[in-house]
Amino acid sequence: MEPLDVELEDGELELPTDPMLLNMGPSHPAMHGTVRIVVELSGETINKADVQIGYLHRGFEKMCERGTWSQVFPYVDRLNYASPMLNNVGFALAVEKMLGVTVPERCQHYRVLLGELARICDHLVCSGAMAMELGAFTPFLYFIKARDIIWDIFEEETGARLTNSFGRVGGMAHEPSPNFKEMVRTSIPAVVDLIKDGENLVLENRIFLDRLEDVGIMSKEDAIALGWSGVVLRSTGANYDARKHHPYMTYDRYDFDVPVGQKGDNYDRFMCRQAEIRQSARIIEQALEMMADEGPVNVEDPRIILPPKEQVYNTIEGTIQHFKIVMEGIKVPAGECYSYTESGNGELGFYMVSDGSGTPWRLRIRPPSFASTAGLEQLITGQMIPDIVPTFGSINMIGGECDH
Amino acid sequence: MSKVVLKRLEKRFGEAILSTHDQFGDETAVVTPEVWHEVALFLRDDSRCQMDHFIDLTAVDYLGRRTPRFEVVLHMRSMQKLHRIRVKTPVAMGPDGENPKVDSLVDVWKGANWFEREAWDMFGIEFKGHPDLRRLLMYEEFEGHPLRKDYDANKTQPLVEYREGYEKQAPFGLPEGMPFGRQVHDRWKVHVAGRQTDGKTNILGFEED
Repeated sequence: MEPLDVELEDGELELPTDPMLLNMGPSHPAMHGTVRIVVELSGETINKADVQIGYLHRGFEKMCERGTWSQVFPYVDRLNYASPMLNNVGFALAVEKMLGVTVPERCQHYRVLLGELARICDHLVCSGAMAMELGAFTPFLYFIKARDIIWDIFEEETGARLTNSFGRVGGMAHEPSPNFKEMVRTSIPAVVDLIKDGENLVLENRIFLDRLEDVGIMSKEDAIALGWSGVVLRSTGANYDARKHHPYMTYDRYDFDVPVGQKGDNYDRFMCRQAEIRQSARIIEQALEMMADEGPVNVEDPRIILPPKEQVYNTIEGTIQHFKIVMEGIKVPAGECYSYTESGNGELGFYMVSDGSGTPWRLRIRPPSFASTAGLEQLITGQMIPDIVPTFGSINMIGGECDH
Repeated sequence: MSKVVLKRLEKRFGEAILSTHDQFGDETAVVTPEVWHEVALFLRDDSRCQMDHFIDLTAVDYLGRRTPRFEVVLHMRSMQKLHRIRVKTPVAMGPDGENPKVDSLVDVWKGANWFEREAWDMFGIEFKGHPDLRRLLMYEEFEGHPLRKDYDANKTQPLVEYREGYEKQAPFGLPEGMPFGRQVHDRWKVHVAGRQTDGKTNILGFEED
């Protein structure tokens, strides 16, 4: 700091015209995650922005190379902690693609149901947090209340509210509980009602709309070249949803629409998320109808699925099976494979290289919000500082997956 | 589905396509590093490929398994034709342990920017022509490239030293027991030790049995 009593020439007393460097984050209440943005300002307009991520880097890929394939599940839980179930299912599908097995139909519907519930949670957290950062605190509370209803279902089904670790290679950890369908049926209308209440508070609010509309516009071509996927891509008008265009599991049998935006601004991203929640509710209704009440959930393959505990304790075959799977891991055929699913943020891909042993040689995760966050720099350049907050919020950067 | 693309590639580049396969249903072409940028441009602009949607770019370290050691892997898909393809190129370390080099694809797809920075950060692959090749996930002071197989997973590089006399273990400090259970890929140690050390210690300085 210059001392104030320095004698200055007259010309030096003018206001400085140099661009100013401002540091936002990494830990700031208005930031949607732990991320640092260094902005070069001219007045209040952003000339240049440098988005720096990595504060939540946990060496996920390195850790995966040290355990068995099944030991990866708790890690993928913590990738996108807003919707762990979708990650679980995505990884299970990836390993099953390499093993060449398909889970029974009942399990597929079950996975879809849990996945769509998780997707609703994901969108609710994002929209709620985004509104909260703009000062609208009450919708956040409504949305979190709605999420809590879904979390209660998860707690009942999986035993955990947040990090479920419920997926397994070749099935699920447990079959649906007896009152699962009833729970979902009664909860979904309550969730949708709460979302409507929350939306009513903001969607006719001039302040909220002014900060969303025509802010942070991304063109369709740029979004595609940037590798965007999911809601952020669809908001620009590009129609791509992995569930629709490359159907996996039973998604080709449900009747649902893909909400697509027009401009690619913050408002479109917000509204696409809200519309997608309704579509998820539609899928859930249909999946509930289609899911059988009885039948197997796991594939019948002793090399993949752990035997029931009675067999483990009472028969030598069961003990050996259990031992082999737990200690050596599931033997995945050698080769490489890329498997992708539509997660809360977009295309969640797993590129896996196996050497035929029970441990992955390389497990690459392609996080959807990594690509989205890469486009943030372009979105906020030329905008004002206050625009960073809603723009960054609408991108829905999830530190866990973005920073690996 | 994307057999067409593979055929087009083979027809256009001929010898530069080292091999192709469609294991697990993923069509893959392995190309030489010299045509890496050209192939990407062709895939994006060719009227029957139209691979405009950038998906993923990463690398794999095949230490002790293959030569050349690294492979850069690129995934992309087409918004119009809905097909996907994977293109790989093998890249080697320099004779004196210099970082492997390959052309940057930032001018083909903007999205490659961060993915290449990540690959540089994690594997130390230099992308020639990248506008801003800095570390992305790790901090500037970090030494080495953590996803290489010869980077020990137990190694820590804290920016602030651990306190002395304080009973705190660095992460992954002690073995968890049951050494027969985990199959850790340690074969590279044998590989490296046999080649460049006196046989008593391996590259990490551990005593061999």
